[in-house]
Amino acid sequence: MMIFRLAFQSLLNRWVTACLTVLAIAVSVMLLLGVEKVRTGARQSFADTISGTDLIVGARSGSLNLLLYSVFRIGNATNNVTWKSYQDIAKMPEVSWIVPLSLGDSHHGFRVLGTNADYFTHYKFRHGQSMTFAAGGPFTDLFDAVIGSDVADALGYKVGDKIVVAHGVGSISFVEHGDKPFRVSGILAKTGTPIDRTVHVSLEAIEAIHIDWQNGAPVPGESISADAVRKMDLTPRAITAAMVGLNSKLATFKVQRRINDYPEEPLSAIMPGVALQELWGLIGTAETALSVVSAMVVATALLGMVTMILTTLNERRREMAILRSVGATPATVLGLLAAEGGLLTLAGVVAGTVGLYVGLALLRPYIDHTYGLSLAIDPPRADEWLKLGLIVAAGFVAGLLPAIRAYRLSLADGMMVRV
Amino acid sequence: MNETIVASRHTRIEGESPLDAVSFENVRYSWPGVSPFSLAIEKFSLGREEKLLLLGPSGSGKSTFLSLLAGIVTPREGRIDVTGTEMAKLSGARRDRFRVDHFGIIFQMFNLLPYASLIDNVLLPLRFSRTRRENALKEGPIEDVARDLLASLGLDETVIATVKAASLSVGQQQRVAAARALIGAPQILVADEPTSALDRNTEEVFLKLLFAQSEKAGTSVIMVSHDEGLAPHFDRVVRLDDIAVSSRGATT
Repeated sequence: MMIFRLAFQSLLNRWVTACLTVLAIAVSVMLLLGVEKVRTGARQSFADTISGTDLIVGARSGSLNLLLYSVFRIGNATNNVTWKSYQDIAKMPEVSWIVPLSLGDSHHGFRVLGTNADYFTHYKFRHGQSMTFAAGGPFTDLFDAVIGSDVADALGYKVGDKIVVAHGVGSISFVEHGDKPFRVSGILAKTGTPIDRTVHVSLEAIEAIHIDWQNGAPVPGESISADAVRKMDLTPRAITAAMVGLNSKLATFKVQRRINDYPEEPLSAIMPGVALQELWGLIGTAETALSVVSAMVVATALLGMVTMILTTLNERRREMAILRSVGATPATVLGLLAAEGGLLTLAGVVAGTVGLYVGLALLRPYIDHTYGLSLAIDPPRADEWLKLGLIVAAGFVAGLLPAIRAYRLSLADGMMVRV
Repeated sequence: MNETIVASRHTRIEGESPLDAVSFENVRYSWPGVSPFSLAIEKFSLGREEKLLLLGPSGSGKSTFLSLLAGIVTPREGRIDVTGTEMAKLSGARRDRFRVDHFGIIFQMFNLLPYASLIDNVLLPLRFSRTRRENALKEGPIEDVARDLLASLGLDETVIATVKAASLSVGQQQRVAAARALIGAPQILVADEPTSALDRNTEEVFLKLLFAQSEKAGTSVIMVSHDEGLAPHFDRVVRLDDIAVSSRGATT
């Protein structure tokens, strides 16, 4: 106990360097825990993007690919699903609801999604939350569009504005559906999911704007006006994917197998949760790399501490000689310096942990709003406590390094004060 | 404050070793290293409650002598007894314990932990030595004992209350060091030129106060100095050259 008090007083005496060392350790601990928080937050956000959907159906492809293009708007579909297949699936007795998704067009880099009004009621995110409208409402007219909040923010759209959809998904497109502009009928409230960056239109509208196109380009001289198109049959020929809700989760595997074995077209049905697991497996390496980097930063901070203690060691030889003269054994001197390393690290770990939670509490609303990343403020988990404990232990061990040097010096100097 | 230094002077009886606080016999020590150094002391003794001044110019082996005395280094040959115990025979940790139990040490300067309070500085040896702690407790609570000791060494209340030892003058620091060396009544006080940074007047007052307390505690004093002017304050004066043969540059 006395050892700790002396170590503490000695540190107070050098409070500037001690504070800087504690700060370095605190920042490194914040980084270590913060990376973990962001990692779990990001996973949670991904997992929160889709909720309540039992199966996603698309053309035969890898499950991850299907999940990414249908839900996260990342990448492109390999093939389409015919309207007949869609209807066959919809007719299965286990299917409670089915929502079509048609992708392939964009508006200023934001994806355009063709769907129907059911989308707004059946699509759920974050533990079953439904979408709400910040302004306006779902599409009522053929050329109505519902835009996500990021689209509205980025492009400054209000309800009633006219927008033109471009063919293809690049941010700069040379082929536009300029003859058939859309009217913004509603703006969705922020969800923190890819919905925020999506322009939603009806499936029929997707069909309408492509009716006079062939092979990805307008057919010259066959332009059909927006008014004329309203009188035509706009039943889609194909869609990109569909979200399926089942009456009973127990039927999931059965329905999945039946869709995968669908004889008339090669289809894939995936469970979003399973595909997400595949995604974690894929990005696990990057996460490990991040963890390794933050562990390195902690190691660097501890090295800095050892350097700090070592540099003060010479001027503290006198202090050690005094302690030796009043009966401290070299082992006590060793303990004193090890305790110093431990105390500094402990202070750094405590400061870092407190700092992280204060930072989280302050920045959480901002991060949630800007990045759609909902970071949980929960106490450190068992493995995080373990990490923190290991850091403190490492601090004690690192403190031993200068301590052993002090021990040697102390043995050599005896009690003779070298000035 | 105390003019009884002469009166308390006692007569030494040669050869009566149980009375000796310290005795050296045929001690040989050599330091190999880059600059070889050797010291040989055939006979030396310090009596109980004796005040001895060891005179020697710098470089005459005073530091080595004190290191041998306090058991920091052990002789190659011969024996050194401290209150009847041969320190060289003790293990490292037990020697450290023995040292703090029996010795109070004052350095030339920089005696104090600069960040600790005066009282904490004085109490340091009691944290390592049970014997001295018990001795001090006989006189009352140890903080009070430390405070009384500081007061009787001529430090007033406001100085004693100083939070950090670093803010004291050199003279004040040496008094605190003296209090620390004497608390818990160790048998031997070793002082390595404790007054070299003080002016003549301060030095005289310091020695008088120090001796008053060492006599009260029954502590022998051995002080090393190059200053012959200090001689009148001591019971006995020994020149290091007379008792020791030192040589440099050649190993024996």
